[in-house]
Amino acid sequence: MSNAGARIPGAGRIDRNTRLAFTFDGRVLEGLAGDTLASALLANGVRLVGRSFKLHRPRGIYSAGVEEPNALVALRTGARAEPNVQATMAELWDGLAAESQNRWPSLAFDVMAVNGALARFMPAGFYYKTFMGPTRGSWMFYEPWIRRAAGLGRAARAPDPDRYERESAWCDVLVVGAGPAGLAAAIAAARSGVRVILAEQHATAGGQLLSERADSPAEQWRRACIDELESSANVRIMTRTTAFGAYDGNVFGALERVWDHVAAPPAGQPRQRAWTIHPGRVVLATGATERPLLFVNNDRPGVMLAEAARRYVNHFGVRPGNRVVVCTNNDSAYAAALDLDDAGAEVTVVDTRPAPGNDLLEAMRAAGIEVRRGARVVAARGRGQVSSVHVAATAGADDLDCDLLCVSGGWSPNVHLASHLGARPVYRADIGAFVPGTLPAAQSAAGALAGAFDADSAATEGWRAGLSAASADVGAPPPDGPTTAASPGYVQPEDGPSPRRRARGKIFVDIQNDVTADDVELAWREGYRSVEHLKRYTTLGMGTDQGRTSNINGLTLMAALRGDDIPNTGVTTFRPPFTPVSFGALAGGHVGPHFRAERRTPMHDWHAANGVEFMRAGAWLRPWYYRTHGEDADTAGIHEMRQVRGNVGMVDVSTLGKIDVQGPDAAEFLNRVYVNAWLKLPVGKARYGVMLRDDGIALDDGTTSRIGEHQYFMTTTTGEAAVVMSWLEFLLETAWTDLRVQVTSVTDQWAGVAVAGPNSRRVLVDALPGADLDDETLPPMGVRDAECDDGLPVRVLRVSFSGERAYEVYTPAGYGRDLWERIMDAGRPHGIEPYGVEALGALRIEKGHPIASELDGRTTLDDLGLGRMARTSKPFVGDVLRQRPALTAAGRRAFVGLKPVDASARLRAGSLLFSEGDAVDGHGIGHVTSAAYSPTLGTHIALAFLEGGREREGEIVRAVSPIHGEDVRVHVVAPVFLDPEGERIHA
Amino acid sequence: MLRIPCPFCGERDHHEFTYGGDASVTRPAYDDRSLDAWYRYVFVRTNPNGRHQEFWQHVGGCRAWIVVERDTRTHEIFGARLAEARHGDARHE
Repeated sequence: MSNAGARIPGAGRIDRNTRLAFTFDGRVLEGLAGDTLASALLANGVRLVGRSFKLHRPRGIYSAGVEEPNALVALRTGARAEPNVQATMAELWDGLAAESQNRWPSLAFDVMAVNGALARFMPAGFYYKTFMGPTRGSWMFYEPWIRRAAGLGRAARAPDPDRYERESAWCDVLVVGAGPAGLAAAIAAARSGVRVILAEQHATAGGQLLSERADSPAEQWRRACIDELESSANVRIMTRTTAFGAYDGNVFGALERVWDHVAAPPAGQPRQRAWTIHPGRVVLATGATERPLLFVNNDRPGVMLAEAARRYVNHFGVRPGNRVVVCTNNDSAYAAALDLDDAGAEVTVVDTRPAPGNDLLEAMRAAGIEVRRGARVVAARGRGQVSSVHVAATAGADDLDCDLLCVSGGWSPNVHLASHLGARPVYRADIGAFVPGTLPAAQSAAGALAGAFDADSAATEGWRAGLSAASADVGAPPPDGPTTAASPGYVQPEDGPSPRRRARGKIFVDIQNDVTADDVELAWREGYRSVEHLKRYTTLGMGTDQGRTSNINGLTLMAALRGDDIPNTGVTTFRPPFTPVSFGALAGGHVGPHFRAERRTPMHDWHAANGVEFMRAGAWLRPWYYRTHGEDADTAGIHEMRQVRGNVGMVDVSTLGKIDVQGPDAAEFLNRVYVNAWLKLPVGKARYGVMLRDDGIALDDGTTSRIGEHQYFMTTTTGEAAVVMSWLEFLLETAWTDLRVQVTSVTDQWAGVAVAGPNSRRVLVDALPGADLDDETLPPMGVRDAECDDGLPVRVLRVSFSGERAYEVYTPAGYGRDLWERIMDAGRPHGIEPYGVEALGALRIEKGHPIASELDGRTTLDDLGLGRMARTSKPFVGDVLRQRPALTAAGRRAFVGLKPVDASARLRAGSLLFSEGDAVDGHGIGHVTSAAYSPTLGTHIALAFLEGGREREGEIVRAVSPIHGEDVRVHVVAPVFLDPEGERIHA
Repeated sequence: MLRIPCPFCGERDHHEFTYGGDASVTRPAYDDRSLDAWYRYVFVRTNPNGRHQEFWQHVGGCRAWIVVERDTRTHEIFGARLAEARHGDARHE
């Protein structure tokens, strides 16, 4: 590394009194407060900062902003380690530790640099043509090697220790960008009295003004603007805040890097904050990015954007080189030449234009800076870094020694935010740049973004835009502008990037992704000629810098190859985010227990205090099994099943969906939504019902009770409760508005306990004194409301999910815990035990009751074997389309039971079914939906859907689970394993 | 981020609502047995580029089913009315 970097005495806005120690690749260096990692590295003469993505070429610092393609480092260590951080945006702190990436064993000696020698075998898209043989499976052989070689940095594996937040903000005017246009817009809006938010991605407001000297009139203007804004109560300045996306409804996403500029956030502080901003109107003042020129070896360390070099001199007080060549095709780089010369460098300007403006030439003559007119840089030379450039002109060619090569090929407005909502950018030939297309009424563009590249015009435009956004009088005269006297303004360049090289070597178009001009030509030759194809075939513009310094040059090359003009060639689509946004910031506080809302039953605390293991059913927490009954779900589940079948158990069923259906037309309503008949259900009786969707597929099932003449109590499955509720409301409000029915969700209003087993009635008689539970008054499918002697109100429904004698007891939710404990107390002498959904599920599998696993949105009534439930003499939802050919075709998968041939074999839900002797390929002839161990039968059992269904009873098929490596022969049986006549409910 | 003007609750963020499908199709009468009518209602949709009538339910608020007019290209919302209103008669006198 040469010693080319140096601090310029007295220059810059950094704090020379505060010194910071930092390391880069283990080397201890010193910087100053206000430095970025990049400026501090340059101050220490560090020129090599990374190795390129594909070819591992040495790379140096290229820019001073988010357009940086090369200087990507890994910051921090351990759980906070972060790859691909741009050194140009990383603010320096004391003790910062940075590592270069994509090199082994070291930056100076990188083994993978051999890729450079193999470059001719790795043009764009080479992997589409290689790694394809000798067999189709070969790709998976090469893939791990390629994966290891690809990528730039390494992500941390440990959980993120930092906190993040999400916030919303509202304002009348949002100004994005605090350059001259943005500052002026914010001032204009603020003086009008409206609420203003000014968002600036850098730590310091100023934009292009930060490249002006710290003792210039422009700097005074900048400070005055900031002072006024900071003292305005109606203005919120958000620095370190990137507006990363524009969204429908004029909403903007922004990322505030609250504490990214220190090693770790102070206690209790969030590291980053993601904002959703709802402005009334928006002024976009996002500026422009400098374009490079194209020449051979334009990626060498020591090649830098001209304006970036000027920024390092004037803002950071660093001279990035001692012998400088500034090559340009426009006026703006001349200011960089002057400031570098003032900083003590030896400067030569190479201008492709034969006749730059006389005032520029005069300024150069006065400063003693040589200007080569009508000349262009053809190649950069030097091993590892720039040491000379080869310049060609009509008069001839020669070499200039240099250690810094500043390039300026024009300016590309940052049209991203302006394009997110679909407004395609428009090409302006007069400035050689794309500017925003037609923006929505609430948005406007000002300044360099709109093509006004010099600060004075930008400020004037921004002022007007700010007034307009604040709905104030646009005619009010603007205050004095920044008067950047050193920069006379930008003039249209006369030509684009150099189309033809005259030297051997690589011309890089996308520096980060190692895409060369030859690659662009290759894409064109192979027919990938649209910009969208060019991008994806060559990966031009797909790196972490998103082609900020390459897109325009790339499409200009393609346009020339196509013989087309630039507007016709167009740009690719801009999508949020503008710069990367961490998942942490987007998640905000919704992590850990706050990731998902929790719904708890009224008996939750009792379960928690009594050894339960919970499981999630959507947002609900339900008892899965009780640890006192066994060490895991399998053993506890079997224990609990035995309890229910042999004695009595109780389970919390409060999560079931419950809907109150009332009105003179309630019966008619049920009759239309259910497949079976409801008009004649007497008060005090319940019935099992199935609902279909309009397309004939089963939607949900449940038990609905008639509580009163015009009142029904409907239950749904836990999972479909919300869907069914909305569905019923939809029918009543949009289609059957003449029905006099009211539906109300009462899921949370009722707690429910199912008591099941031969001793269930005995327990409930003791638990609910005063409630008449005789078999005559409460036969199977009977329901009655009752009040216990001490006033506890209950609704008792005699229904069985398990197949045993069973009751569902409901009480208003506030009494839920009380009810549970009463049943527990009354049941203790009988040996009652609680059970969870593990046993609940296994019990119903023994009986063949379908649940969500079977009602999965693909199955019909007939598939489920419930075809005879349908009362076809009355119209019901889904009746017509359930008879369409696809749903009645022969060979459809239908509901069956399975028992393993080998009684000790395990069956698994999700297994695929195959015939004996068939290869395990494709989707098989069926699938297993539910499986459990049946203690009653001493074997595993399963429910499944099988082509041909019940007609195959008695056959043997195979249940195959490739995930578990299991292939089990099974008997096809009826889908009910226990008590098919249903006699046990009378026990 | 769209704003939907609920007739009862006023302008609300679209996260408070669930989308309910095309409101420009008319559901066949509950006792209509025509396969063709149901097939069209369930499966056949135009895909307009421009203003579209659609159902939303204000599940995060009053739970009313409403009909919203939205431009499918720009997502501009032109208004919303109660779904019941489209039948012209009130359910409860």
